[in-house]
Amino acid sequence: MTSTTAAAQLAGLSATTLLRFATAGSVDDGKSTLVGRLLHDSKSVLTDQLEAVEHASRARGAEGPDLALLTDGLRAEREQGITIDVAYRYFATPRRRFILADTPGHVQYTRNMVTGASTADLAVVLVDARNGVIEQTRRHAAVAALLRVPHVVLAVNKMDLVAYAEPVFAKIAEEFTAYATELGVPEVTAIPISALAGDNVVEPSSNMDWYGGPTVLEHLETVPVSHDLTSCHARLPVQYVIRPQTPEHPDYRGYAGQIAAGTFRVGDEVTVLPSGRTTKVAGIDLLGRPVDVAWTPQSVTVLLEDDLDISRGDMLVPSSDTPTSTQDIAATVCHVADTPLRVGQRVLLKHTTRTVKAIVKQIPSRLTLDDLSQHPNPGILAANDIGRVLVRTAEPLALDAYADSRRTGSFLLIDPADGTTLAAGMAGEAFARAEAPASAADDEDGWDF
Amino acid sequence: MTTAASVEAAGEAGDAAGNRAGSSPYALSHLDALESEAVHIFREVAGEFERPVILFSGGKDSIVMLHLALKAFAPAAVPFSLLHVDTGHNFPEVIEYRDRVVAEHRLRLHVASVQDYIDRGALKERPDGTRNPLQTLPLTEKIAAERFDAVFGGGRRDEEKARAKERVFSLRDEFSQWDPRRQRPELWQLYNGRHAPGEHVRVFPLSNWTELDVWQYIARERIALPDIYFAHERPVFRRSGMWLTAGDWGGPKDGEDVETRLVRYRTVGDMSCTGAVDSDATTLEAVIAEIAASRLTERGATRADDKLSEAAMEDRKREGYF
Repeated sequence: MTSTTAAAQLAGLSATTLLRFATAGSVDDGKSTLVGRLLHDSKSVLTDQLEAVEHASRARGAEGPDLALLTDGLRAEREQGITIDVAYRYFATPRRRFILADTPGHVQYTRNMVTGASTADLAVVLVDARNGVIEQTRRHAAVAALLRVPHVVLAVNKMDLVAYAEPVFAKIAEEFTAYATELGVPEVTAIPISALAGDNVVEPSSNMDWYGGPTVLEHLETVPVSHDLTSCHARLPVQYVIRPQTPEHPDYRGYAGQIAAGTFRVGDEVTVLPSGRTTKVAGIDLLGRPVDVAWTPQSVTVLLEDDLDISRGDMLVPSSDTPTSTQDIAATVCHVADTPLRVGQRVLLKHTTRTVKAIVKQIPSRLTLDDLSQHPNPGILAANDIGRVLVRTAEPLALDAYADSRRTGSFLLIDPADGTTLAAGMAGEAFARAEAPASAADDEDGWDF
Repeated sequence: MTTAASVEAAGEAGDAAGNRAGSSPYALSHLDALESEAVHIFREVAGEFERPVILFSGGKDSIVMLHLALKAFAPAAVPFSLLHVDTGHNFPEVIEYRDRVVAEHRLRLHVASVQDYIDRGALKERPDGTRNPLQTLPLTEKIAAERFDAVFGGGRRDEEKARAKERVFSLRDEFSQWDPRRQRPELWQLYNGRHAPGEHVRVFPLSNWTELDVWQYIARERIALPDIYFAHERPVFRRSGMWLTAGDWGGPKDGEDVETRLVRYRTVGDMSCTGAVDSDATTLEAVIAEIAASRLTERGATRADDKLSEAAMEDRKREGYF
């Protein structure tokens, strides 16, 4: 770099936002083709990748390049023609950078969709226009609702096979939106597409003049990714204490962490959990530069006015807005391990930067995602089961409801014996109630990051 | 590497970008979001592991990793050492750069040398002279000998299909082997680094970065790179469709003609399998403009070893490769 002008120009190059989204749908719905089409039509597929796909397609006796092959990863999958795990794809347009968690939609892979949805700002649920909303679609909607994904897109695919008929699309969109709204999904955008022919994926379709909305890519480019954080609980889990103890910085003591929710300002009165001691924010160091205010998901180092005993696993919160600490956690979990979770099992619970011992006290119910029916006291949860659990922890934890804060309301259950991740937990109620919010301010609540 | 002062200036440029990046005052540019995530990963490892080490080759990805680590712990020192797996066929410019950075930041450097293994007869030279596949054994034995429990790698998920499924925290057994079916689901930003004694975790802080992100970040942060990343005159010869540097490692052979061309490198690896591309880009801006317009991914253009087969990378990962 030679001049500040050049620096500013390059900074301009990077002035795009980042959207993380997840896809759900089965091989039969044409999900791989949709993803391949997004990558291909947004010019994110490069010549050598396309050559490899053409080569592999020919080797299998296919006529043209099979775009689904762009996203096939491991040999086991190629041999079985299935997708067995979450794969991450990267593409960009001049307007935005995208991280796509590509998750298989098959019934036994609920855990993969839960994994992909856990970091997503948006979920694309794919249905086949000929089949409409089926059990699997309801399952995908339920996972998106459970994981509190802020934006849901219903992509009604294979419109070319139903003669691009508007009534077919309208009926499916209406049925899905009603169901998702019932689950508390705040926003559904329905788009009629043909991934194979390319209608409404990247380019607007001339076959569906009756549809006036955005293409899938246009919607991905314009959906909001940041939120008004002023109404959110501010939370900073302490990751690491920075103490240089050098001649230049003899007394520097900074608390490093990624802001999990809300905003922090210099001068804020904060409480340290679990000790309950209070102090004020004396300074905020944003990766080498002092700032007056910082917000989620920035990684910062906070300096405090008083010398308190603070270590990894503690949490800084505004003194006016502290979470309740508890040793009894009621939560919804998705069981992600192959061995079942049992009542009485001793586990480790990882919440933000703190890991504590815990016991599974009760498993009050198992949830069937197809119809949201409850199965009382199942005793165990098997792989891909979703259920309610009551967990008792060895130490109090400052948990928020997952509905209020995805980062401070989520936790992992871990097997102390071998470190396996057993379950993904979400504290508080499973689904938002679909009643009309009391006010617009409440509407903003619960969708912070 | 930048000093604190230039980091500040870069931050101001970043601010301007951030404000243009979205309508909300709380928008982050994608580079800021990726940077914050990577710093979070470094700090998680510092908080949960005993003996972390950063794989450092002097290539751009490892240089960015080190830069992020320096920022994550400033004004204190980076609480990790560095490990270079030296194939013995490195570009001299890169080794000079490595040693300069290590001295400047008072870091501890471990070197695992492929040449030593060949000299001892523990590894055999391949007929094609390529040493990249030979790095696995020295790497895994060094990890075991030094009892490293977390090993940072610069791998990115966009590089190759097998890597698209890699975790940020990737569990390896005592033989450094990677079993795709044993990898743990990674949920939210909750990384599970628990492992048995003798096992270790490979950690990839740049998982979600693309090649262009890395270059834009280098430009924004004004990070110095080895000269071979910029266009320069170099004697090269053609093999398997790539421009390779002539050298003792095994080229040129009969029928391969050396010519001097204006080239730059997009990746830095073993001389025997890292190809140069024709380029007149002598500045970061010019390099970025070229990459943004490029219709070839960096490995497809310049890395012979990954072209071996559709499953080549998957197989090597299983054995303990990066």
